[in-house]
Amino acid sequence: MKVLSSYKNGRLTLFFKGELDHHSAKKVMNTIDQLIDEYLPRDCVMELSGLKFMDSSGIAVILRVYKRMNEMGGRAWAENPPRQPMRVIDASGIDRIVKISTTMKE
Amino acid sequence: MKTKNYIKMEFPSRSVNEGFARAAVACFAAQLDPTLEELGDIKTAVSEAVTNCIVHAYPDSIGKISLRARIIDNNTLEIVIKDWGKGIEDIEKAREPMFTTGGEERSGMGFTIMESFMDKLRVRSSPGRGVTVTMRRRIAVRTAE
Ligand SMILES: Nc1ncnc2c1ncn2[C@@H]1O[C@H](COP(=O)(O)OP(=O)(O)OP(=O)(O)O)[C@@H](O)[C@H]1O
Ligand SMILES: [Mg+2]
Repeated sequence: MKVLSSYKNGRLTLFFKGELDHHSAKKVMNTIDQLIDEYLPRDCVMELSGLKFMDSSGIAVILRVYKRMNEMGGRAWAENPPRQPMRVIDASGIDRIVKISTTMKE
Repeated sequence: MKTKNYIKMEFPSRSVNEGFARAAVACFAAQLDPTLEELGDIKTAVSEAVTNCIVHAYPDSIGKISLRARIIDNNTLEIVIKDWGKGIEDIEKAREPMFTTGGEERSGMGFTIMESFMDKLRVRSSPGRGVTVTMRRRIAVRTAE
């Protein structure tokens, strides 16, 4: 599991790549915490299209990022989850808290 | 229920085994010809149950986890995941959505996910004697076009 990032005009985009489970979650959260501390972004986008697998540990990561950004007065949302992560998101109901959007890329 | 095929494995509660356990069950389940979505559901449920053993059953030590899977009547996969850790006092409460004893790193959604992704979920436990989770999922039979 890897998290790549890009930053532009106050927006930090996090590209999740690989399998996000309990085994990888701690390192992922540390990486994200460092990136947020470094850039202090206004918006934080979690780009999920590179996720090969995600379980409830990923739900906790998404919620934590959302809460951190909220506390800083910023915004956070997730984009483009593949089918399996989307089913986990649906079952957990976090889409009532965190916006999950699909962007059209051409 | 007649057992048509089965696997049995045992591994220590190290988090690196989470990925191994779900991949192993997915490989075994492949003979039922599941769709990608069915396989994803099964992998997710296994990941939740195994992670619970690692996080909750043995919070400060490495313990033993047993995983069995078998194919029974009606194109159905049964998975039994067992630990000998601290156990659950109130199973009904533990199964409620958002209930967790795990703090910020947990969302309390594991059992809810297992329940919604599998056809049957049974949880047995007595405090101090570990937990046994039994799950069943029927794989739809698809006819070749
Ligand atoms: N194998 C186990 N041994 C001991 N306690 C367990 C076990 N499995 C679950 N529990 C208890 O049941 C609670 C609910 O489990 P569940 O998987 O639904 O949520 P969680 O593990 O806390 O969070 P999440 O699965 O979302 O990361 C746990 O917080 C824990 O108290
Ligand atoms: Mg859990």
